Amino acid sequence: MVSRAARLYIGLVVSTAAVLVAAVVACDREMQAHFWTPSPGLQHPLAALITLQALFLVCDSGATPMTSRQTRWSPSSSATLAAVVLLGPVAAALVGATALLSLQRHLRLAERLFNGAMYALSGLAAGGAYLACHAVPGLPNSYNLRTILLPFAAAATVHVIANHGLVWGVHRLNRGRAMWRRDGLESNLTLLLASDLGYACLGLVIASLWEIMGWFAAALVLVPLFVARWAMGQFAEQQRAYAATMNALCQAVETKDYYTRGHGDRVSRGAVMIARQIRMSTERTEAIRFAGMLHDVGKLGVPTQVLQKTGALTEDEFAAIQLHPMRGLEIVREIGFLFEALNGIMHHHERMDGRGYPMGLAGHEIPEFARVIAVADAFDSMTTTRSYREAKSIEFALGELRNGAGTQFDPVVVEAFIAAIEKDPWKLPEPAAKPADPTTVTVKDHDDPTAPLRVVEP
Amino acid sequence: MTGGTIARRTPPARMAYWQALDSGRILLMAAAAMLVIAAFAGVVALHPARVNFLAALAFGGFIAFGELFRLALPGGREAAPIAMVGAMAYAMLLALPEQDGRVTYDALMVVAVAAIGMTVGALPHIAAGRSAGLTGMCTRLVAVSCVAFIFRPIVSAGFGNKSVYWVLQVSVIALVFLVGWLVDTLVGALIRADDVGARFSVAMRDEIRLQWPLGLAVGASVIITIFGAKQTGLIELAVFIGPLLVTQLAFRRYAGIRATYLQTVRSLARVTEVAGYVETGHSRRVSRLAVAVGRGLGLAEPELLALEYAALMHDIGQLSLRDPIPGGATLLVSAADQERIAELGAEVIRTARVLDDVAELVRYQSRPARGHEPAPPLGSMIIKAANAFDDMVGSSTDRNRSAAALERMRLDPVEYDAGVVAVLAEVAARRVPSRL
Repeated sequence: MVSRAARLYIGLVVSTAAVLVAAVVACDREMQAHFWTPSPGLQHPLAALITLQALFLVCDSGATPMTSRQTRWSPSSSATLAAVVLLGPVAAALVGATALLSLQRHLRLAERLFNGAMYALSGLAAGGAYLACHAVPGLPNSYNLRTILLPFAAAATVHVIANHGLVWGVHRLNRGRAMWRRDGLESNLTLLLASDLGYACLGLVIASLWEIMGWFAAALVLVPLFVARWAMGQFAEQQRAYAATMNALCQAVETKDYYTRGHGDRVSRGAVMIARQIRMSTERTEAIRFAGMLHDVGKLGVPTQVLQKTGALTEDEFAAIQLHPMRGLEIVREIGFLFEALNGIMHHHERMDGRGYPMGLAGHEIPEFARVIAVADAFDSMTTTRSYREAKSIEFALGELRNGAGTQFDPVVVEAFIAAIEKDPWKLPEPAAKPADPTTVTVKDHDDPTAPLRVVEP
Repeated sequence: MTGGTIARRTPPARMAYWQALDSGRILLMAAAAMLVIAAFAGVVALHPARVNFLAALAFGGFIAFGELFRLALPGGREAAPIAMVGAMAYAMLLALPEQDGRVTYDALMVVAVAAIGMTVGALPHIAAGRSAGLTGMCTRLVAVSCVAFIFRPIVSAGFGNKSVYWVLQVSVIALVFLVGWLVDTLVGALIRADDVGARFSVAMRDEIRLQWPLGLAVGASVIITIFGAKQTGLIELAVFIGPLLVTQLAFRRYAGIRATYLQTVRSLARVTEVAGYVETGHSRRVSRLAVAVGRGLGLAEPELLALEYAALMHDIGQLSLRDPIPGGATLLVSAADQERIAELGAEVIRTARVLDDVAELVRYQSRPARGHEPAPPLGSMIIKAANAFDDMVGSSTDRNRSAAALERMRLDPVEYDAGVVAVLAEVAARRVPSRL
C-alpha cells in the first residue's frame, strides 16, 4: 500500500527527526536549560511537558475526519505551540513525538512513526523559529506578551507549513498523480490551513493561562475543542445521511423505468471523473455530483405513454420529452446548492452546434456543468442495455463521443473523459436481465446518441 | 431541531415590521430598551476614572465582531456565540494587568458597551439587506445584563483580587454564566414557543437540547477570556478570536448541511407532483399541517423533524405505481392499495438506511387508528389525518369545506384518532390562505 519511494521518504523523515532532536539535546546546553531548569513561575517544567503531551494525545485522538480518510482535522498543534512558548523547541519536539502513541487504533506502524517524526520536526522547526525571533521560552505575562506576539506568529506559521509540507510529500510519493484527487490532501486546503492557524493561536492562550491555573488551562481549552469536534462529527453524520437519502430518492425516481435504473448514479460518477480531470474545485465537483444524479429527475413529468411509444413521435410528444430538463429544474430549483448545478440540469441536452434543447444554446454559451453532464449521460446510455439493443462496448461509446465532439459534445470534455477513463477504468454495471414486468420498459432512450429520437414529418 | 418554516407565523415580506410584533417580543424589546436607556444614563454619571476606556473599546469591538459573524442554527435560529463570549467576559472581567490590575466599571457600563457593540455589529447585516436580528440581540442583552448586575457588585467587593483563590473565581464565574445562559435560553424558548405555536415546556426542552453544546463552548471560552485578559491584558482578545472563529466554523457547516438536507427532501418530495401523481403543493401542505398538529400535541423537535420528512415523502410509494391515481388522492383508492403504497414508500426510505424512524411513520400512514395491534405511531396517525384533510380540502380555504372534512373525520373514530382530529381542527381554524 505504501510505495517504495514513500517508504524511503518516511525513513528519511524519521531519521532526520531522531538525529536533529538528539543533536540539539547533545550540543545545545542553552536550549536544554529552558527545558530542565525551572523558569520563573514555571516550577515544574516536567509536569508541564507531560500535561501538554497528554493534551496532544487527547486532541490527536479526537481528530475528526474532514472530508476523507487522509485529511483529518486535528487541533493538536495547540499543544505543540504551547510547548514552544513555555518550554522551548526540544519540549515541542517531544510533545509532537507523542503522536507515536496515538490512540487511533487503525494506524499502522509506518503511519505512527511518520506522524511522530513529522510532528516532532514541525515542533522543532516552530521552536527554532520562535528562538530565531529573539523570544525566550517562559511564562507569558502582560509585559512580554507584546514582544512574543510576532515570534509566536512566526512559530505558528512555520509549524503549519512544516506539518502540511511533510504530509504533502508522503501523499505525493505514495499516490503520484492521484494526489490531485479529492481524497488527497488539497481538499479544502484553505479551510484546513485557516483552521490550523486558528488552533495554533490556542497554544498561546494555553501558555497565557498557565501561570494562573497550570494544567487546568489545558483541560479548559479542551472544552471548546470537543464541542467543535462534536459539531464536526454531526456535520459528517448529516452529510452521510444526506447523500444516502439523496440516493434513495433518486432510486425511487428511477424505478419507473427498468433499463435506466442506476443511470443517475453512473452519470454522476462519470461527471465527477471529468470534473476532476479538468481540475474543478472541490466545491464544484461536489455540486456536479448532485447535478449528475438529478439530471433526469424531470423525466417523471413526461407521460409514460410517450416514453414507451415505439416508432416516431409526434411534434407534441417530442415537445413533451424536450421539456424534461425544465421539469427537472422545477423540482430542484429550491435546493440550496450551486446555481451552476441547476444550469447543468437544465441544459444537459444542449448541443455544441446549437441544435439541442430546451434553449438551443451553442458552443460555450452552454454552461460547463451541462457540457460535462451531456458527455457522461450519453456514455452511460450507450454502454448499458436498452430494450431495442444490447449494451455497446466502452471503445465503441468513446468512439461515438469522439465523432460527436464539436457537433454534439465539447471536445475538451470528451478528451478529459477519455483521459480519466484511461487512468481509472470504467466499471460497467451488471448487464440488465430481462425485466420481470414489461410495463416498466421505456422503448426509446432519449439520451442515446446512436438512436436519436425521430419525429414524424408533418 | 427544525421545522421552523412550517407553522411559523412569519409575516409575508410586504407586511411592515411592527405588524409582525407580538406581545412577547414587544415586552422583550421594551425591557432591552429600558436597560439601554438606564445604561447610558448611568455611564454619563459614572466617574471618568472608573470607565476603563481601553477595556470598553476592546470588548465593544470584540462584541461587534462576534455580532458580525452570527451563526445560523438548525430550525431558523440565530446565535452570536462570539459576541456572547465577549459580552459575558466583559460582564465578569476580574482584573486587567493595566491600571494596577483593577477594573472599576459597573453593570450599567457593561450594558451600554454590549448594546453599542451589538448595534455596530448589526449594521453590516442591515446594509447587506439581511434582517437585523433585533430579537436575538435583545435576548442576548437581557442575559448579559443579568450576569452584569449579579457579578459587577461581587468584583467591586474585591473578588478580583490576587488573594482570592482562582478555583473559587472559576467556580463562581461558571455558576453566574450558567444563570445568564439559562436566562438566554428561557427568553429564546418563550419567543420561539410564541412564534411556532409550541408549548413552552416543549420549546424549553428543545432549546436546551439544541443549545447546550454551544453553551458549554461559550462558557469555557468566557473563562479562558477572563483569565487570559487578567494575565496578559487586552491583546489576549485578539489572539483568542482565531480559535473561536474556527470553532464556530464547525457549527456553521453542521447547520448548513442540515438546511440543505431539508431543502432537498422538500424539493424531491415534489417529484410526485411533477409526475402527476398528486396535486400540486400536496406534500408541502400535508407536511405543514402535520408539523403544526404534531406541535400542538407537544412533540419535540427531533420527532417533528421525522414527522416533517415522513409527511413530505408520504406519497413517494406512488412512484412505483404504473399509472397515477386520478387526482392523486390516496383517500379514493382501496385500503389494500393504500397499504401497498405506504409499504412501497417505506421501502424506498429504508434504502437510505438513515431514516428508519421516518420509514416507520410512512409505513403505518394508512393504518386505522383503532382496532389494530400494535397501534400505529402517533406520527402516522397525524399524517393520515393531515393527508385526508388535504385530499378533501386541498388548497381551498373555504371554511365550510374544511368543516365538512373535519366532521367526516370526527365521525370515523376508528380511522382517525380523536385527539389528532381535535388538534387538526384548531390548526385548520387558524389556517391562512396558502402562499404556494
